[in-house]
Amino acid sequence: MEGNLNMIGYGLAAIGPGIGIGLIFAAYISGVARQPEARGVLQSIAILGFALAEALAIIGIGLAFVL
Amino acid sequence: MSDRTIAAEGTGFTPPGPSDFEPPPFFTVAGLDVDKPIVVVLLSALIVGAFFYAASRRIAAGNGMVPGKLQYAGESAYGFVRNSIGLDTIGKEGLRFVPFLATLFFFIAINNLFGIIPPFQLPGTSKIAIPLGLAVIVWAIYNYLGIKRAGFFGYFKNMMFPPGIPWPVYILLAPIELLSNFLVRPVTLCLRLTLNMFAGHLVLVLFVLGGEYLLLEYGGIVGILSGTVSILGSIVMTFFEAFIQLLQAYVFTLLAALYIGGALVDEH
Repeated sequence: MEGNLNMIGYGLAAIGPGIGIGLIFAAYISGVARQPEARGVLQSIAILGFALAEALAIIGIGLAFVL
Repeated sequence: MSDRTIAAEGTGFTPPGPSDFEPPPFFTVAGLDVDKPIVVVLLSALIVGAFFYAASRRIAAGNGMVPGKLQYAGESAYGFVRNSIGLDTIGKEGLRFVPFLATLFFFIAINNLFGIIPPFQLPGTSKIAIPLGLAVIVWAIYNYLGIKRAGFFGYFKNMMFPPGIPWPVYILLAPIELLSNFLVRPVTLCLRLTLNMFAGHLVLVLFVLGGEYLLLEYGGIVGILSGTVSILGSIVMTFFEAFIQLLQAYVFTLLAALYIGGALVDEH
């Protein structure tokens, strides 16, 4: 077996942001289901939260390649 | 079949890596290599400029009241940034910044979309220099606006010591806010865009190269079946990438608008 242990570390590190992004969109979907007219406001908030949670996974893949 | 599997361990499928982002330069001008990312960036700047110049030519001439097709396309593209980013996140004051935000959005979007357009298929924004330059511009703008509005010390006071919080919290909050404003915001803005494009391009290259290797070199029933699935998967991933590329352009512009809006309001 060859390969880089960094990638396993990145796989583990991606669990956290994955769960976080799931929670964000679950909340967004249930929010829209309860109040469909609030979709516009909720959408930008959901995408903002998604971007912030995703930044962690993105920093992880950057470090996996750099280190 | 089993001896094939064993043979495949040793022979050379080289997975894609960061070296895929260093294409050989086309030619060299005065010691500067002109390679694919530079061509992509220059082309996308040209495309965005030419499109909006052509779309707004009749308005500038004074007879744009009845829009043609091109003007209509330009107006709805610009209106999307104006309404869903400028007005929604900054408010009335944000109208001043809509030209900047629209430029940012369309420059990044076209740059990203070059990642799936043959014959380029390398997003210009996957090189860290371009998102870094854009992030530094955004950073300079929101800091300048904040300092201009509240004065140099007032800006730092508003940022590090927002009112309405019990004082022991400031010990934690002040360094975090300072770090977040000056370091974390621009760095994440830049890294998010770069590495999304980087990772997306790697995934596409992996699907295509893996499919090619399985079909042409590995062979056999397993190779042909899984190679076909891999090539078909690369087509699906291309559409997914297109979505991610537009989403990332939107996210970059949305965050830029939020930071600018945050520098304009009185209290957090």
